[in-house]
Amino acid sequence: MANYCSSSSMVDLWLTTAAAARQHVCFHLIPRLSGVVPESCLLIVVGLLVGGLIKVIGEEPPVLDSQLFFLCLLPPIILDAGYFLPIRPFTENVGTILVFAVIGTLWNAFFVGGLLYALCQIESVGLTSVDLLACLLFGSIVSAVDPVAVLAVFEKIHINELVHILVFGESLLNDAVTVVLYNLFEEFSKVGTVTVLDVFLGVVCFFVVSLGGVLVGAIYGILAAFTSRFTSHTRVIEPLFVFLYSYMAYLSSEMFHLSGIMALIACGVVMRPYVEANISHKSYTTIKYFLKMWSSVSETLIFIFLGVSTVAGPHAWNWTFVIVTVILCLVSRVLGVIGLTFIINKFRIVRLTKKDQFIVAYGGLRGAIAFSLGYLLSSNHQKRNLFLTAIITVIFFTVFVQGMTIRPLVELLAVKRKKESKPSINQEIHTEFLDHLLTGVEGVRGHYGHYHWKEKVNRFNKIYVKRWLIAGENFMEPELIAFYRKMELKQAIMLVESGQLPSALPSTVSMQNIQARATPRLSKKREEEIRRILRSNLQNNKQRMCSFSYSRHTLFDADEEDNVSQVHLRKMERRVSMMKGRMSHYLTVPADRESPRPGVRRVRFESNNQVFSADSVPTAHFEQPSTPRTPDAVSLEEEVPKRRNLKADGGGPRGTVSDSNQGELNYQRLARCLSDPGPNKVENYPFMS
Amino acid sequence: MGTLQSLSDEPEYRELAEKTGFSFEQIGILHKRFKQLSHNENTLRRADLDTIPDLACNPIRTQIIEAFFDKRNFHQNGDGTVEEISFEEFLVVMSHFRPPALNMTEEQREKVRREKLRFLFNMHNTDNDGTITLEEYRHVVEELLSRSGALGKETAKGIADAAMLEVASISMGHMEPDEFYEGITFEHFLKILKDIEIETRMNIRFLNMDTTTLCNRDSSSIR
Repeated sequence: MANYCSSSSMVDLWLTTAAAARQHVCFHLIPRLSGVVPESCLLIVVGLLVGGLIKVIGEEPPVLDSQLFFLCLLPPIILDAGYFLPIRPFTENVGTILVFAVIGTLWNAFFVGGLLYALCQIESVGLTSVDLLACLLFGSIVSAVDPVAVLAVFEKIHINELVHILVFGESLLNDAVTVVLYNLFEEFSKVGTVTVLDVFLGVVCFFVVSLGGVLVGAIYGILAAFTSRFTSHTRVIEPLFVFLYSYMAYLSSEMFHLSGIMALIACGVVMRPYVEANISHKSYTTIKYFLKMWSSVSETLIFIFLGVSTVAGPHAWNWTFVIVTVILCLVSRVLGVIGLTFIINKFRIVRLTKKDQFIVAYGGLRGAIAFSLGYLLSSNHQKRNLFLTAIITVIFFTVFVQGMTIRPLVELLAVKRKKESKPSINQEIHTEFLDHLLTGVEGVRGHYGHYHWKEKVNRFNKIYVKRWLIAGENFMEPELIAFYRKMELKQAIMLVESGQLPSALPSTVSMQNIQARATPRLSKKREEEIRRILRSNLQNNKQRMCSFSYSRHTLFDADEEDNVSQVHLRKMERRVSMMKGRMSHYLTVPADRESPRPGVRRVRFESNNQVFSADSVPTAHFEQPSTPRTPDAVSLEEEVPKRRNLKADGGGPRGTVSDSNQGELNYQRLARCLSDPGPNKVENYPFMS
Repeated sequence: MGTLQSLSDEPEYRELAEKTGFSFEQIGILHKRFKQLSHNENTLRRADLDTIPDLACNPIRTQIIEAFFDKRNFHQNGDGTVEEISFEEFLVVMSHFRPPALNMTEEQREKVRREKLRFLFNMHNTDNDGTITLEEYRHVVEELLSRSGALGKETAKGIADAAMLEVASISMGHMEPDEFYEGITFEHFLKILKDIEIETRMNIRFLNMDTTTLCNRDSSSIR
C-alpha cells in the first residue's frame, strides 16, 4: 500500500512540477524570454536543472521510460493533432506529404547511416567495431522528424498553412517508415546478414504496417462515430467514448506491431465529422479542452524528462561521431528536401518556392521519439550509449538552435504567414462554390482530377455513410447550413458572455440597408390592418413616416443553451440598454416549438437618426424554416427604458401592440409605422416562450 | 495520332498560346477534347456540354455552362451571351483556370487574381449591371443548396441575407439608416474574398499527357 501510494505521489509530484514549470517559467518569470525561446527549450532546461538537482542530492534521476513514453505520453499529443488536423489542406497536399514522409525519411536514414559507416571505417575515429547494420539502425532512429517538437516550435511562428501542413503531416506520417526501418534493422543486426528477399519483405512490411495502422484506426473511428449516434441520452459520457476508442485504436495497432501513430490519426480524422454532428456542444467543448490539456501536459513532461535523462546518462562521448552525425543530419535533410521538391514540383499545381523549401528543411526537428527508440535498444547492443549520446545531441541541436532561430529567419526571409481570418459566411459560400465550379470545369476538361475524386468521396459519404453514422435528421444537412448554424451559435454565445456582439469593425449597416427595396409587399388589406392596430394602441399621434432604423439581435437556440442563454440575454440586454440610455423597443416573436429548429428572434427598434455603435451591430438573422401559416400570434412588446430620450417630444408610455401574422410580417413597414415613443416607463414583459 | 496532328497546326497554336498562356501540348489536348465534345464540329453548343455525365449532379451546372457562353469571359469587352463558341473562345474561358506561373511578380499575381475573381463575379452577376444584387446572391445560394436536400428557400434566403450583410459591413462600414446598399460591386467582391488565395485555389490541372481523355473518347461514344 505504501509503495502504491508512493508511486502515485511520485507521479503526482512530477505532474505538478511540470505544470508549475510550464506556467511560471514560461510565462511569468521570464516572459520576454519565452517570446524568443520556444517553450520546448525552456522546458528542457528546466529538466536539466531538475536532473542536476536530483543528482546533487545523490539520488538516481529517473530516465524517460520508453514504455511510459509510448503508452501514456505520446498518444494524447498525437490524438490532439489528428483530431484537429485541418483536413482540406491535408488532402490537397497528401501526395507531397507522403513523398516527404516516406522517401525523405528513407533517404535520410540511408544517407546518414551509410556515411557514418564510412566514417567509422576510418581508423582514427576508433569505432571500427560498428558495423553497417548498426549504423543504418542509428540512421533510421535519428532521421525521423518528430511531431512533438514540430508542434511545439511551429505553434508559435504562425507560418502559412501550406508549409505548416507539409512539415507537420510529414512528421506524423513518417512514423510508419520509422517503425518498419527500426524493427527491420534491429532484426537484421541480430541475424547479421541481409538478403534481397529480406529487402523485399521489408517493403511489404512497410505497406502492411502503414496501411494496417490506417485501417485499424479507421475501423475504430467508425465504431466511435456509430456509438456517438446513440448517445443522445447519455451526453455526459460522450467525450469518454472519443478518448477510449482512440486509445484502443492505438493500443490495438501497437499490439500487432502496426503503426500506432497512423492509427490514431486515422481514427481522429475518420471520427471527427460524424461525432461532431452527433454530440452536444458541451461535449465538444469538453473534448477540445481535455485533448488540449492532456497534450499540453504530455508535451511538458516529455521535454522535462528529456532534460532529466540527459543528466542521468549514461553517456559515451565521441567528438567526431557526434559532430559528424549532427552535420550529416542537416545536410541530408537539406539535400533531401531540395531533391524531392524538384521532382514534386513537376506534379503540383501550386509549386513550392525556395522559401517554402527552406522552412520545410529547417523545420525538420528531432525529438523525444528518437530518444525513446534509442533507449529501447537492448542494453547489450554495442555502442548503445554512444548512439544515445549522439541522439541527444542531435535533439538538442535541432530543438535549441533550429527552434530558436526559425522565428527570426521566418521574419527575415519574409515568409508568408498564416492569415488570421474570422470565419466568414461569404468565404464559406465561395469555398463551396469554387469546389463545385472546379469539379464542373474538370468535367468539361475531361480529366479526372483532384476535385472529381473529392466529389465522388463526398457523394459516397453523403449517400451511404452519413446515414448510418449521424443521428437523427442531421445527416441531410448540407455543410453550408451547418457552418452557418455554428457561426450563429458562436455569436449568440459571445453575445451572452460579453453583452455585445463581436464585430471586426464598428459598422452601422443593418438589414434595412440591404433589404430596403427587396422586401416583399404586404397585401394592402394586411397593411391596413396592421396600421390600424398600431395606431389604435399608440398614445402619440404623431406618426413619422420616415424610416426607423433598427438593428436586430438574433439568438439562435441550440438545444442545451436554450433557457440559460435566454435569461442571460435578457439580463444583458436590459443592462446594455439602460447603460446606453437610448430608446429602444423590443419586439419579440414567440418561438414556434413545432418547427424542427426553433429560433427566437428579437428586434430592437431605435429612434431616428441615431448612430449605431459597435454593440448594436446586428448579427445575421436566420429565418425559421416554418411556413407563413403558423398559428401563433405574434405580439409586439415594447420595453422603454427609464433614461432620457434624445429626441422625444413628450408622449406617454406605450402599450402592447399585438396581433400580426408572423409569416407575413414585414419589419420595416412596422418600423415606419411606429411613432416616437415616450421616455417614461420601463415595462418589462415576461418573455414569451 | 493526336500529337502529330497538333504539331502540324502550329502557326495557329502559337497565336492561341500567346493569347491564353497555354503550352502547345495543352492546347493540343484541349483541342482534342473540344472536338470530342462538339462531335468534330467547329463550334460548341450548350447541348454538347449538357451531355457531360460528370456535370449531371453538379448543383451549379447551369451557371458553369452559361459561363462558357458568356461573352464577358472572352476578353473582348463583349456583352451578352452567344449560342455557340469556337475553340478559341473555349480556350480563353479555360485559361481562367490555369495556375499562375512560378516566377511572377506581385503585380502579375494581382492581375491574375483580378481576372479569376472577375470570372466568378460574372458568374454571379447575371444581368451585367456591375453589382451583385441581393436577389442574384440569393439565387446563388439557392442553387448551391438545391442538390443538398430540401431545406428550402427560406434557409437560402437567410444565408444570403447574412452574407450580404457581412459584405456591406466590411465594405461600407458606416451607413446611414436610410441608405440603401445597392449590391456587391467588383471592388467589394475583391475585398471580401481577399483571404481566399484565389490564384492558388482556382486552378485545375492541365497535364501534358493524359490517357483518360483518350479513353474517354471511346467510352463516351458508347454512353
